[in-house]
Amino acid sequence: MVNTKVQLSSLTLDNPVIPASGTFGFGYEFAELYDINVLGSFSFKGTTKEPRFGNPTPRIAECPEGLINSVGLQNPGIHAVIAEELPKLAKCFHKPVIANISGFSVDEYAYCCELIDKEPQVGLIEVNVSCPNVHNGGMAFGTDAVAAAEVTRAVKAVTTKPVYIKLSPNVTDIVSIAKACEEAGADGISMINTLLGMRIDLNRKKPIIANKMGGFSGPAIFPVALRMVYQVYEAVNIPIIGMGGVSSADDVIEMMLAGATAVQVGAANLIDPFAAKKIVEDLPRAMEQYHISSLKDIIGGAH
Amino acid sequence: MVKQSYFTILSQRQLTSAMYEMVLEGDTSALAAPGQFVNLKLEGFYLRRPISVCTYDSKTMTLLYKVVGKGTAYMATLPAGTKLDILTGLGNGYDTSLSGDRPILCGGGAGVPPMYELAKVLIAEGKHPAVLLGFNTKEEIFYEEEFKALGADVYVATADGSYGTKGFVTHLLDLVKGYTYSYSCGPEPMLKAVYDATNTSGQFSFEERMGCGFGACMGCSCKTKYGNKRICKDGPVLAKEEIIW
Repeated sequence: MVNTKVQLSSLTLDNPVIPASGTFGFGYEFAELYDINVLGSFSFKGTTKEPRFGNPTPRIAECPEGLINSVGLQNPGIHAVIAEELPKLAKCFHKPVIANISGFSVDEYAYCCELIDKEPQVGLIEVNVSCPNVHNGGMAFGTDAVAAAEVTRAVKAVTTKPVYIKLSPNVTDIVSIAKACEEAGADGISMINTLLGMRIDLNRKKPIIANKMGGFSGPAIFPVALRMVYQVYEAVNIPIIGMGGVSSADDVIEMMLAGATAVQVGAANLIDPFAAKKIVEDLPRAMEQYHISSLKDIIGGAH
Repeated sequence: MVKQSYFTILSQRQLTSAMYEMVLEGDTSALAAPGQFVNLKLEGFYLRRPISVCTYDSKTMTLLYKVVGKGTAYMATLPAGTKLDILTGLGNGYDTSLSGDRPILCGGGAGVPPMYELAKVLIAEGKHPAVLLGFNTKEEIFYEEEFKALGADVYVATADGSYGTKGFVTHLLDLVKGYTYSYSCGPEPMLKAVYDATNTSGQFSFEERMGCGFGACMGCSCKTKYGNKRICKDGPVLAKEEIIW
């Protein structure tokens, strides 16, 4: 009998598999397809203070082994999330959920995190300082160590639950930003968000995406994500949620060996709505194949 | 409800220079309404390809698709016997309960296929649909005989006048007296023209670049009078009353 349990700060997960924000909505639509309680947890759709429609379409472009999205944080706003989305989720998900929060100012991050911190369904807050698809916010906070630390401090001052800062890979030195977040009080690091990318339509000779650029994700970015998790694991003493192109139980194990305590699955959910469930079900087989009896024992094992 | 399963290609047939007909065998139990679509996984392509369902029965499903890029070009090369991973039961589809006795079904180019199952269902319900088909040229016409074989009244327009009425599907409206409702699928300028030219309510099927096809990624969102909707999950069919042009 293998042990898949992992510990994310105060949160014990039955397994490390977590659908990533923006690929799983608020969960309840996936609950029509399978029992989502088989998951470790999931990170809900990136939420801001105000409702947002997001960017113009087209928002999606295909790539080799991945896709570019430029959704632009479409969400109903923090108040509707609390009043409407979380009650719908409560009917089908009985584990703590990860709240993904985005913002356009330090005050907005603090405002939303303070509100969501009070929700009993929320087990952990993932602060997205790395959305590449919005201007004057999002990624601007995650590409500067001082700004990332400022958001971290502001959120920590008004919350009681574990706060994980979701970092952008679109930086020269992700390690320094992770360390700045740790020093500012972050309970963990969530990484990586999408890589800024672009495709051009050869017939129209213009960018496919209306917003020209977007976030590149999928199996193609897995080696980049793995490398960054490996580097940050060496530099910080807080848990890391690793993500970026994870598509199989083998990928989960590889990401944990690099230093991740838990692993998010993003783009794979969009190709196969059952992807996260299949990964959970395949984990015991993969663990036996690689002679792993307890997943928590392999975290950072490649170092 | 989304279902993932494997289908086997029974046959492929080229209809025009760009349109193909693919007949597949598999579990069609998730297909619930005309106007729904399926999402095909193709080897070597990361995103699935959303294709509207032309018609289906308890064991088979027919897809008519236009070769527009590398993915659909690859689809056209697949021989009978090929197994494909397909998500079925996607999208809302057309609601036939609102049609009245004499609905018009407007299909333009690659938007013609879902009109076939719709016509079939409406006729089975005892209604008398008029099918208005628009193509660019005579060479691009497909399925005219198939629609007639269902027992529908069929009218064809070509933009260059090489067959039928010269012009667009809206130029065929005068030929149908006392129509009760409209159903449309085609390029957005055609949908807008039908929207403006018809004096009844109707349903319009939209197209957008999709990520997942089942409502998760928010890649294909649009604004409607009733709030934001996802073309893949809340659509692709929108009611006339909610559309914002």
